[in-house]
Amino acid sequence: MMTNRIEVGEQLTGRTWRADTVQLFLYNAAIWNPHRIHYDLPYTQEAEGHPQLLIDGPLQGDWLTQMVYEWLGESGTLTAFSYSNRRAAYVGDVLSTEGEVTAVDGDTVTLDLRITNQRGEITTVGNATVVIESGR
Amino acid sequence: MTVITEELNNHVGAELPPFEFEISRGDLKKYAVATGQRLERYLNGDEAPLLYLFAAMMPVLPLDRLLPDGRQPDSGLMPPLPLNRIMAGGSEYQIHRKVYVGDVLVCRQKLVEVFEKSGSEGPLLFLIFENRFETRDGEPVVTERLTRIAR
Repeated sequence: MMTNRIEVGEQLTGRTWRADTVQLFLYNAAIWNPHRIHYDLPYTQEAEGHPQLLIDGPLQGDWLTQMVYEWLGESGTLTAFSYSNRRAAYVGDVLSTEGEVTAVDGDTVTLDLRITNQRGEITTVGNATVVIESGR
Repeated sequence: MTVITEELNNHVGAELPPFEFEISRGDLKKYAVATGQRLERYLNGDEAPLLYLFAAMMPVLPLDRLLPDGRQPDSGLMPPLPLNRIMAGGSEYQIHRKVYVGDVLVCRQKLVEVFEKSGSEGPLLFLIFENRFETRDGEPVVTERLTRIAR
């Protein structure tokens, strides 16, 4: 939950994700993505050389936006967002979202965001710009 | 020596035909569950999370048109490339207003820029696509700048 006064360095409340095959199946169906690397393990390992099914890059991007939305609650609006996937993430990985306030300029707040795996490696980086409603 | 050919440069500015889609409550609810949303406005299907828009650009094709790896074939927007491996470079979004159930949006997709950088393993080709989501009246809703990297 957001504090009354927003200060540089404030941490967003992160979340830990352990996507399993059921979540990958539902997500890829929801976005109509038939790419076999997200549901066909023999193909993924034998033909593509990955150790496990891959967790979609845009799903990780969505997880970063969720952290921002939950931090904002009803008191602000997301006006800009970016993300970039830096390394593959697989079923079985424990992925944690993290973020902090890096700039406050009036009602405009800039956030740095990232996802790290259980080895402490960054899989996705991002940032967001939000506008906080005046009087909050 | 550049890997950017004249043919590639001529492809900059290519656009796909715009298409319309309606934001459906049922689809929003499925997306919210699949992504693990916790806020009521998303779980109820009242409002679309930003990255729901990624789904709108996935073409619905007959099974026999899918590639052996399951993917949909590239749209006409991807130019012929001298380099073979394509990597996702990231997305940048400008959000002009929220997306709600029942909205009808128009999506316009365009290749806006191609440039080259030197990587540790040779040249890297950057392709910048712009995906614009607008109302039927042309009011901007979300603009995405999407980067693909070829090497």
